[in-house]
Amino acid sequence: MKLRLIRRDAASRLAMFGAPVLALVLTCLTSLVLFAALGLPAGKALHALLLKPFLSWYSFSEVLLKMAPLLLIAQGLAIGFRANVFNIGAEGQFIIGALCASAFPVYFPDGNFPLMLLAMILAGGLGGMAFASIAAGLRTRFGASEILVTLMLSLIAVQILNYLLLGPWKDPRGFNFPQTVRFPENALLPLLFENVRPNISLIFALGGSLFAYLMMEKHFLGYQLRTAGLAPKAALYAGFSTPRMIWLTLALGGLAAGIAGASEVAGPLGQLQRSVSSGYGYAAIIVAYVGGLRPVGIVASSFLISVLYIGGDSATVSAGLPVAAVEVFQGMLLAFYLLTFTLIRFRIHFERGAAA
Amino acid sequence: MTQPALLTLAGVSKRYGKVQANKAIDLEVRSGSIHAVLGENGAGKSTLMKLIYGVERPDEGVIMWNGAPVAFNRPSDAQALGIGMVFQHFSLFETLNVVQNVSLMIPGRPQELAQKIKDLGEKFGLSVDPGAMVHTLSVGERQRVEIIRCLLLDPKLLILDEPTSVLPPQSVQLLFETLRKLQAAGTAILFISHKLEEIRALCDEATVLRGGAVTGRVDPRANDARALAQMMIGRDMPQVDAARANQPGDLRLQLKDLSHPRVSRFGTTLTDINLDLRAGQIVGIAGISGNGQQELAALISGETRAQAKDMVQIMGRGVGLLDAQQRRQLGFSFVPEERLGRGAIPEMSLADNSLLTAHRQDMLKGGFIKRQVERAFTRRCIEEFDVRTPGPDAEAGAMSGGNLQKFILGREIMLQPDVMLVSQPTWGVDIGAATAIRRRLIDMRAEGAAILVISEELEELFEICDSLHVLHEGHLSKPLVVSETTAEEVGAYMIGATV
Repeated sequence: MKLRLIRRDAASRLAMFGAPVLALVLTCLTSLVLFAALGLPAGKALHALLLKPFLSWYSFSEVLLKMAPLLLIAQGLAIGFRANVFNIGAEGQFIIGALCASAFPVYFPDGNFPLMLLAMILAGGLGGMAFASIAAGLRTRFGASEILVTLMLSLIAVQILNYLLLGPWKDPRGFNFPQTVRFPENALLPLLFENVRPNISLIFALGGSLFAYLMMEKHFLGYQLRTAGLAPKAALYAGFSTPRMIWLTLALGGLAAGIAGASEVAGPLGQLQRSVSSGYGYAAIIVAYVGGLRPVGIVASSFLISVLYIGGDSATVSAGLPVAAVEVFQGMLLAFYLLTFTLIRFRIHFERGAAA
Repeated sequence: MTQPALLTLAGVSKRYGKVQANKAIDLEVRSGSIHAVLGENGAGKSTLMKLIYGVERPDEGVIMWNGAPVAFNRPSDAQALGIGMVFQHFSLFETLNVVQNVSLMIPGRPQELAQKIKDLGEKFGLSVDPGAMVHTLSVGERQRVEIIRCLLLDPKLLILDEPTSVLPPQSVQLLFETLRKLQAAGTAILFISHKLEEIRALCDEATVLRGGAVTGRVDPRANDARALAQMMIGRDMPQVDAARANQPGDLRLQLKDLSHPRVSRFGTTLTDINLDLRAGQIVGIAGISGNGQQELAALISGETRAQAKDMVQIMGRGVGLLDAQQRRQLGFSFVPEERLGRGAIPEMSLADNSLLTAHRQDMLKGGFIKRQVERAFTRRCIEEFDVRTPGPDAEAGAMSGGNLQKFILGREIMLQPDVMLVSQPTWGVDIGAATAIRRRLIDMRAEGAAILVISEELEELFEICDSLHVLHEGHLSKPLVVSETTAEEVGAYMIGATV
C-alpha cells in the first residue's frame, strides 16, 4: 500500500475559506484533550481563550492593539513568502525599526523636534528596510540563504538593543533599568478611542493591507512575485528579474516590520525597553500563513491570532494555563492549517501494489 | 480446434478518475507474430501495456495466457509467465556497467552473465560490451541492454513501448533485424508505435486504438499508411502544404562560436555553435534529446546568459548577456518544450498566463493589470488556435498537454515576433493539432518571420524546414538544405558518424 498526493484540478472557494475554520476546530479539539490531560479545566481554558476577548470593551480593545503590529508585519512578510523569499527575521527588523524611531525622542527628550512623529515613523520604516536589505544583498551577491541570514540578523538586533539600553541610551533617572527616557507627548501616536490603548497604527496596518491587496492582486509587480513563487522556471522564462524581486520583497517586509516597531515604542510602550522584542515578528509568520498569504485573509488571521493572545493571557490567569500551553495552541493552529490546506490542493490516493 | 492465442484480452477496461483510458479492449497475440498496437498520443496504448505487464489491474475484462485466465498483481507475476517489457524511458543505472545492471534483475555470477550477454548479442545482433559503463553507451546501445535484460528471462512475449522514438534512422534498421530474428525464434512481440511506415515495414498484425477503444484490426502490410492513419485519427491524415518559402531576408538570429560549459554532470557542454536564421526562413535543429537541445534553447531565450555578448545576436544586436525579457523586447518569442511550470503557470488561469509574456500588448496601465484586455487577448487566442477549454478562467494545470501547447504557441505567435524559437512543438500533441501547429509556423514564415524549430521528429523537420542542422553531443552540424538531403544523411550526423 502506497500513499500518494494528487493535485486537484481546482481548489474550491468554499474549501479555501473552510481550511482555516477546520484548522481552528481541530486545534480546539486537540487542546481540549491536551488541557484535560494536564489536569486543567479544559472548558474554562477554551472559554477564556476564545470568548473572553469579546466579553468586555477593554479586552476587545486590547485585541485591536495587538492586531496592528501583527497585521502590518504579516502583510509585509506574505508578499515575500508568495515569491518564495522567506524572510523569517521580521523580529529583528521590528527591533531596528523601534530603535531608529527611538533615536529622536532619546536625543530630543523635550520634544522640540519638528514633525517628531513623522520623523520617527519614517526612520523606523527605513531602518527596518535597510536591515532587511542586508539579507537581500547577501542573497543576490553571494547566494546566502535569506532564511538563515534574516534569522541570525534578529539575534544581532537584540544585542544592539541590549547595548543601547544598557549603555548610551539608558535613562539617567531610570534607577538603572535598561530602558530609555519616557517619550514626550508629541512622540506618541494619537489614540483611536478614549481610555483604551489602540492607536492609529491600526490605520497604518489597514492601509498596508490595502496596499498589499492592490499590489499583489491588481498590479503587475504582484503578478511577477506570484509567478516566481508558483513557477520559478516560468518567471525565468518570462525574464522577470530574480534579484529585483529579492530586493523588493525584503525591503517591503523590512519596511512594514520597521513601521510596526516604531509604532510600538511610540504607542503602548512610550519608551524603548527590552520587552519591545516580544515575538511579534515570529507570530506574524503564523498570521501570514493562516491567512493563506492573501491580503484579505491576513486581516482575518491577524484578528484571530490577536484574540488568542489576549485570550491566552486571561487563560493563564483564570484557568491556570501555563504560558507554554498558549504557544502550543498557536503552533497547533499553524500545523493544522498546513494540513487542511494541503488537503485542499491535493487528494490522497491509495495505491495497491508497486510499480516496476 | 485451433490452438488458443498466446495472449488474449477480452473486454478489458481501465478508468482513471474521469478518464476512461481503455474501453472493452479485445486483443489477441499469437506466438511468432509481431503485433503492432497503433494509436496517437493519449489513445490508451501505454495503459494497455501496463495492464498486460501487471503494473496496473483492469477494472473489467479478462487477460488470458495460452487460453487460461490470469491476474497479475505486479510485474514480476507477468515476468514469471514469460512477459518482458522494454520501456520508452530506460531504467538503467548510469554509474554501473552493463553486467552490473543486468545482475540487478537476473541472478547469476558476473562471468556467466557476461558470457550470456555476449551469446545473446551474437545470436540476435545485439552487440554490446558487457563491461562498458552505461553512461558511456549511446541510446541505441542502452536499448540493446534493456532488450538483452528481458531476453535473459527467456520471454514468450516481448513488449516494446515506442522503441524507435529515441533512435536515429540507422539504429532503427538494426533494431528491426533483431526483432525479426526473435520472431523467427518463436517469440511474440507487441510493438507499440504511432509511426505508420515502421509498422508497415515490420509488423504482421495491427490493432488500432482511438480514444481508448479498438477501431481496427488489420494486416498492416495490406493497408497503406493513409488507411492506417484514418483508423488511428478517425479522418484523413491532414496535410501540411509546405509551399517553399520566399527569398530569405535579413539576418534575424545568429549564433557565433557559441560555447557553454555544462552546468551539471548530466548536462551537455555546447561547443562552437554557429547558426544563421533569416527572415522568411524556418531552420530546424534535429537530434536526439539530451544532446544539448535544452541548453541551447535556454541560451537563445536568455534563461541562461551566454559567456559573451556577441555569441547570441538577435536583429543584429549582441544579446548574449541580456535576460529573457530584454530579448523579447527586441522581437523574440519562445515556445519551450516544458509547458507546465515554464511556458505556463499551472495554478493560474489562462488569462493570467497570457500576461506572462504578452503584458506588453497594452495589458498594463501604470503597472496595473487591465483585466479586460487580458481576457480579450486570451479569448482571441483560444478561438484562433482552437484551444479546447471552458474559457479564460480555466486553470492551465487542468488542461491537456496538447491544448496547453496550442495556447502557449498561440500566445507567442500573437506577439507577432520577428524571431521565434519553438522547442519540440508537437511533443504529446495529437495529429490534428500537430498539423495545425505546423501550418501556423509555415504561415508565419510566409509573413516574413524567422523561425527556429528544435525537434526530435525528423519527419516534422523535413516537412516544414528550409534547412536543418543536427545537434550531437553539443556540436551543431553545418546547415543541410532540406530539399537536397536525406534522412540517412541526417541520421549519420545524429550518431556522430560525420564530422
